[in-house]
Amino acid sequence: MNQILRIAFFALIVRPLMMIVLGTNVRRSELLPISGPAIIVANHNSHLDVFALMNVLGLKRLPSVRPVAAADYFMTRRVRRWFATRIVGIIPIDRSKIRREKGKHPLDPISEVLKNDGIVLLFPEGTRGEPEKMDEFQSGVAHIARRHPEIPITPVFMHGLGKALPKGEALLVPFFCDMFVGKPLDSQLNKRELMNQLSVSMDELAAELPIEAWN
Amino acid sequence: MSHLAWEIRITLLIIFAMLAVSNCMLFIKMRYYPGYDDSLIRHRIRTWWSLAGLFSLALCVSPNGGVIFFGLISFFALKEFLSMSPTRRADRRVLFYAYLSVIPQYYFATNDHYQMFLVFIPVIMFAWLPTRMWMIGEGDGFQKAAGTLLWALMITVYSLSHTAYLLTTPLKQDGAIGAVGAMNTAVQAPGPGLLIFLIIMAETNDIFQYASGRPFGKKQVSPNIAPRKTYAGLIGGITLTTCLAGFVGPLLTPMDLTHSVFAGCMIAAMGFAGELCISALKRDLKIKNFGATLPGHGGVLDRVGNLIFTAPLFFHFIHYFYHQ
Repeated sequence: MNQILRIAFFALIVRPLMMIVLGTNVRRSELLPISGPAIIVANHNSHLDVFALMNVLGLKRLPSVRPVAAADYFMTRRVRRWFATRIVGIIPIDRSKIRREKGKHPLDPISEVLKNDGIVLLFPEGTRGEPEKMDEFQSGVAHIARRHPEIPITPVFMHGLGKALPKGEALLVPFFCDMFVGKPLDSQLNKRELMNQLSVSMDELAAELPIEAWN
Repeated sequence: MSHLAWEIRITLLIIFAMLAVSNCMLFIKMRYYPGYDDSLIRHRIRTWWSLAGLFSLALCVSPNGGVIFFGLISFFALKEFLSMSPTRRADRRVLFYAYLSVIPQYYFATNDHYQMFLVFIPVIMFAWLPTRMWMIGEGDGFQKAAGTLLWALMITVYSLSHTAYLLTTPLKQDGAIGAVGAMNTAVQAPGPGLLIFLIIMAETNDIFQYASGRPFGKKQVSPNIAPRKTYAGLIGGITLTTCLAGFVGPLLTPMDLTHSVFAGCMIAAMGFAGELCISALKRDLKIKNFGATLPGHGGVLDRVGNLIFTAPLFFHFIHYFYHQ
């Protein structure tokens, strides 16, 4: 990662964008982890989600924040790859290779970051999908929790950015982004219970907003 | 700063002094009532400091500074409105045009294009936005979508932009007008005085309403929409605001006593009407406020409710009697 360019990008481009053009309404930002190691899980509507979350986490936490992203999408073209790894600082995970290869577990890079006190951002829907519709969560987060049962998992529900820049659109239209932070989940639960707790928690957070389906 | 009359500079100083006094009162209250939860009031006063500071700064930098200030307020208010109201996915591009309309509307206000200013939203955008909507070809929910969008533009862009036009509108400069108390600068550049008059009246009306409604208020004006607004508050607000207007108007604006009193009464009554309108809107959308842009107040739209009707009404009152 290029830390200087990264900080400059987030301070000079992302912050004004989020403050003036878009805007975030955060509820309970005090529940966000103060420092790593920590895992934040959020629903995924738009490419802007990761910038909104990283902006709310702030420049102080920025050096330790690492979003998990799809290697099969972000690591393809050269410019995109450079931007994703050097500026955004993604942890690339290939969505198609879920088996152990050459003795390396596919989640090893995430464990590595967590061991170095990183804050890992995870979008367990696995794809932006239909904007403003929550897909079922993939269970990768439960596998990470099993490997690191002592690390808190904070759920964040996000709404609005799917309207601002949905998948497949290039025109950015200003909309506020609501960001509701929930209480950390119990990482020691087994896979099924954890996934259950995650979806219950997300549904509760989503219910704080009287939103109609966006069609 | 030479474009600001000394009366206006003094008024701005008085506003800051009053904010300082309220800070002191809060401090004293905290001292004597240790359990008193003051976070809302504290946030609210702090937000007032930043709003008053930004507004004064914008006014001091240049006559157009205030235009940019209100242009941004319009943009924020429109964004809050469209984020909270249901919109159709198909209309994303139409919403983009709605946002863009802020720029020409404020441009017309700055450059005294009176007719374009008046027709841009209610005539040109009125024709263009629904046209762009049918071009997209989505019939379901058309009426609701077109209605919501035009109503949003009227409230947040059209009506609020009159504050900017107040700043730049040229007025008659014959001796009779502005003779009462107003100095030369106020006669040559009456805009800042008119705008500050409008804002002081609209905001103090809120305070007067609260002050007279809290001890005496019993009967609610509209229990389903705004349970805290009472007749005592409404009448007290109108009376006190009208008195204040009679005092401040001749000092800050070219208006004489009669016009000032009338303007004060109108601003108090229609400011109240505008606020209830925003309350009704919030009831309909099932939200408590339009966001958290202004800590202690809510969103920008929660704050400007008292301007949505008064800005155009006061502007046309001035334009009718005093325009060049």
